[in-house]
Amino acid sequence: MIEFHLDSDSGVSPYMQLVRQVKHALRLDLLREGEQLPTVKDVVAQLAINPNTVLKAYRELEHEGLVAPRPGLGTFVTRTLAGNSLAAHGPLRKDLERWLAKARLAGMDDESIEALFMTTFRSAGQEEIA
Amino acid sequence: MTVALEAQGLGKKYGKRWALSDCTLDIPAGRVVGLVGPNGAGKTTLLNLAVGQIQPSAGSIRVLGGRPAEGPAQLAKVGYVAQDTPTYAALSVADHLKLGARLNPSWDDALARKRIERLRLDPGHKAGKLSGGQRAQLALTLGIAKRPELLILDEPVAALDPLARREFLQGLMEAAVEHSLGVVLSSHLVSDLERTCDYLIVIVESRVRVAGDVDDLLASHHRLTGPRRDPSTLPADQHIVSESHTDRQSTLIVRTDAPIHDPAWTVGQVGLEDLVLAYMSAEQARPTLEAVR
Repeated sequence: MIEFHLDSDSGVSPYMQLVRQVKHALRLDLLREGEQLPTVKDVVAQLAINPNTVLKAYRELEHEGLVAPRPGLGTFVTRTLAGNSLAAHGPLRKDLERWLAKARLAGMDDESIEALFMTTFRSAGQEEIA
Repeated sequence: MTVALEAQGLGKKYGKRWALSDCTLDIPAGRVVGLVGPNGAGKTTLLNLAVGQIQPSAGSIRVLGGRPAEGPAQLAKVGYVAQDTPTYAALSVADHLKLGARLNPSWDDALARKRIERLRLDPGHKAGKLSGGQRAQLALTLGIAKRPELLILDEPVAALDPLARREFLQGLMEAAVEHSLGVVLSSHLVSDLERTCDYLIVIVESRVRVAGDVDDLLASHHRLTGPRRDPSTLPADQHIVSESHTDRQSTLIVRTDAPIHDPAWTVGQVGLEDLVLAYMSAEQARPTLEAVR
């Protein structure tokens, strides 16, 4: 089962952080179809947050067709986001690890690596749109 | 929808000084309400009025549809954890539960015992020997096991260290879900309320500055930065909460439900803490406005 955490300095609203963490887990296959999300009570007791925040996050996920409530039981995953690309994750990760090793050899620190990755990622995204 | 707390022109005067004045509120039931303001702003006065420990000097207040402290039914519906989570130092934890059972017709003894066990409190321990966090948890246990519809807490975590504070709020939120408990809690720190509350009341110098659903408040407040300009030239639907100016630049926090189209402004979001601080500092920054109104 997924365990939530909140970053209070991120500027992202708590409910959106919960939504993103579920989607993230679905993409990485850490959370699979049929599996249960923590109950509202459990999340609230763990994070000391407002119950409506959790309800709102679960409603949003339900609205996107990713989870569904089963009355009296809890909320369950109905669809995965990992899809067919999952098989490619392993090799892609290997490539990325090789690339990271090269970047370190070139003397780049964490922040420079992240900055380079993000600018490349964004400009590639823009080319696709264009 | 039922109403948790409804106040009309509510005020309380001590001698010549109004501790709370012209307070009008309409808080829906089933919410976790945060009451925030500096020390001495009138938070405790409002909470004491809500539980009927003091009587209004002006206006009226109704809690869950009834007059505060009016008869046993009303007393059973509303729980109160007073400032600094008081307990009886000479009584043991078990004595506190016995007292709770004696004083409250709807006392849930199983719940109280379960909570005490989970908190690993020794029933034979005197309350005076407990740590601040444990005392607060004991007071919370009494408040929850009374099984009220609305639990009112006055600065419950002010004196606690960060860990005890978190554990207290965890217990409180859990009870809110498990027993569909409405909660009103006050604090002079927004950070205590930021995650826990979905409804916020800001009270400054005996007056309610702003009250509303947290999401609505966040959506309707904006930070505008741009070239210096006279705030009186703003559209009428943009209410200025706070303003600061340098020679060249103006920074405003405004409240409006309409989108802001003026290209001169850079529009930013306002976090809850900044929003509350804007209302708190507004009074000092513009004392004349209040006098004119």
